[in-house]
Amino acid sequence: MQIFGITSQELFGQLLLGLINGSFYAVLSLGLAVIFGLLNIINFSHGALYMLGAFLALIGLTQFGMNYWVALLAVPAVVAVAGVLVERLMLRHLYKLDHLYGLLLTFGLALIAEGTMRYYFGISGDSYPVPEALQGGANLGFMFMPLYRGWVVVAALTVCFGTWYVIERTPLGATLRAATEKPQLVQALGINVPVMVTATYAAGVALAGFAGVLAAPVVQVNPLMGSNLIIVVFAVVVIGGMGSILGSIVTGLGLGIVEGLTKVIYPEASGVVIFVIMIIVLLVRPAGLFGKQA
Amino acid sequence: MKFKTLTLAGAVGAALATTFAPTAQAQISDNAVRIGVLTDLSGVYSDVSGKGTVIATQMAIDDFMAKEKPGFKIEMVSADHQNKGDIAANKAREWFERGGVDVVSELVTTSVALAVQKIAKEKNRIALVSGAASTRVTNEDCNDVTVHWTYDTYAVANGTAKAVTQGGGKKWFFLTADYAFGHSLEKDAMAVVKANGGEVLGGARHPFPGSDFSSFLLKAQSSGAQIIGLANAGGDTINSIKQAAEFGITPKQQLAGLLMFITDVHSLGLKATQSMYLTEGFYWNLNDDTRAWSKRFFEQHKRMPTMVQAGQYSSVWHYLKAVKAINSDDTTKVMTQMKKTPVNDFFAKNGAIRADGRMVHDMYLLQVKKPAESTSPWDYYNVRATIPAAEAFQPLSASTCPLVKK
Repeated sequence: MQIFGITSQELFGQLLLGLINGSFYAVLSLGLAVIFGLLNIINFSHGALYMLGAFLALIGLTQFGMNYWVALLAVPAVVAVAGVLVERLMLRHLYKLDHLYGLLLTFGLALIAEGTMRYYFGISGDSYPVPEALQGGANLGFMFMPLYRGWVVVAALTVCFGTWYVIERTPLGATLRAATEKPQLVQALGINVPVMVTATYAAGVALAGFAGVLAAPVVQVNPLMGSNLIIVVFAVVVIGGMGSILGSIVTGLGLGIVEGLTKVIYPEASGVVIFVIMIIVLLVRPAGLFGKQA
Repeated sequence: MKFKTLTLAGAVGAALATTFAPTAQAQISDNAVRIGVLTDLSGVYSDVSGKGTVIATQMAIDDFMAKEKPGFKIEMVSADHQNKGDIAANKAREWFERGGVDVVSELVTTSVALAVQKIAKEKNRIALVSGAASTRVTNEDCNDVTVHWTYDTYAVANGTAKAVTQGGGKKWFFLTADYAFGHSLEKDAMAVVKANGGEVLGGARHPFPGSDFSSFLLKAQSSGAQIIGLANAGGDTINSIKQAAEFGITPKQQLAGLLMFITDVHSLGLKATQSMYLTEGFYWNLNDDTRAWSKRFFEQHKRMPTMVQAGQYSSVWHYLKAVKAINSDDTTKVMTQMKKTPVNDFFAKNGAIRADGRMVHDMYLLQVKKPAESTSPWDYYNVRATIPAAEAFQPLSASTCPLVKK
């Protein structure tokens, strides 16, 4: 069977690959959406934190013999601690100011992180091996599916919907959302809002660290891996609607698939297709697909 | 009496020396030769060239001062062009106009080299290209002040594609970086494949830079090709190779890295790259000369040199030698001298600069060792063939450079 001159086999394969890439977009854009939605900070260092997550996993493995599964838990924790420091020492002074200042600060931090890693590891970076339990793959009939890529989808979706559930469906999440709408009122009810804000930022950047560990066995761990991805992820957030949790997850997965299809139909356009969609969405629905119209 | 004559001769000699020295020195503008190193210090090509080329240049200057004891000063300036042609062009212009720079060198990234060689021509200064790949530098964009030193897309594609096709890899699929360099590499490699009885079954052009190549690799897999030619470079090549292994494409189908550097092999490891063919203009472990030089380089850079870094040293040395020989830094005279003199150093044996500006020298067809074969750090290649200078590069008869008289 052929669709647009493409065999159905190839099409299924590309859809699946799109879903895998979409999983990365979803986890990363989710972190950005959490931070923007609850803190109003445009976290430009998100890509750098994703890169640091991958490097921490690599350093853990080569220097301390820390295996992949430990890294998957430990690295996001370390990145979260770094997030706490950044929020407490720097970002909190900018909440009163325009969004632009937070963006510039986090962009500067990203450049410092990239420069530091480049100094120690060079631009080509290093390879992280696929964990033993997930080596090999399965023949799905239409394509050879590496086990690890399957795991990426499972892990990413679990984390995404876990985060969505906590924010949208639990009392903690309700308090959090209330604290962003009316911080003074919530504080008057005896809730420590600054601590919640710090914790939220830490959780948001931990997601970036998690995505970094998840990506380490798939792509070469190098200092620019984050900046190559972050612009696309920002486009995903804009399309989904700034700050919309569910929007970022669904859009991340959806755009991964759209990009995958573009790669079969017209590969040259695969680098821009997301931005074309972004422009159309901004023209038709400026608040994004899932955003609340202001 | 004898003693007297000698003293007299000595006195006359000394007088002559003092009289003539200033005039001789005056031919070198402000008695200093300034070398600009314009390279990628922070981006995707900074491992291949970058800081290592600055170190190599400084080594060339230090060695030249120590061995040749020239009567002029040699200074170096360096800058990061960020792989952007406009930034590079502005910097080169500034160096030429206000910095007294005589020669601008390295120029990795084709777009940078093409922009800067034009400025060099306009300002009548010299451009020594080591890092850029495209044959355009010495074809339609050639000029009489530019020398392309280390390699080009024709040379690397020719070496690898020919060896692989003749070795039985007849059916090819190309994975190409979608910009000038990738297209140039693809075009040169396709021509070689076809000329050697191979066929091209298909191709995909990926955005630059990319990080996920699985979609394109899957296309390559279903194309039925035996060989997937990687017409890309740096991080793109690295990720293509890594992901090809992940999707079980290799070893059923083979990869041919059309432009690979030792730093790529180093960062991927031998397990992922073993048995791949590649073509380089230099390998540190070729002979005693290359080993001795590379060891000194390693002490400073903590990495073995790439061909770009070794070529940079060689080109700067050859330039300085020409300046000293004619005691002038006049562009036309230096270029004539450089073209007249064969290049003989650790990098090239009997290398020669042609009318189109191409420095032709032997290239090496290399195969990456299996992990078990590698006995020491950076021991990565088996040398499969030496491609003689006359065959390694595009023949002058096929040149589109207007300087070539046919």
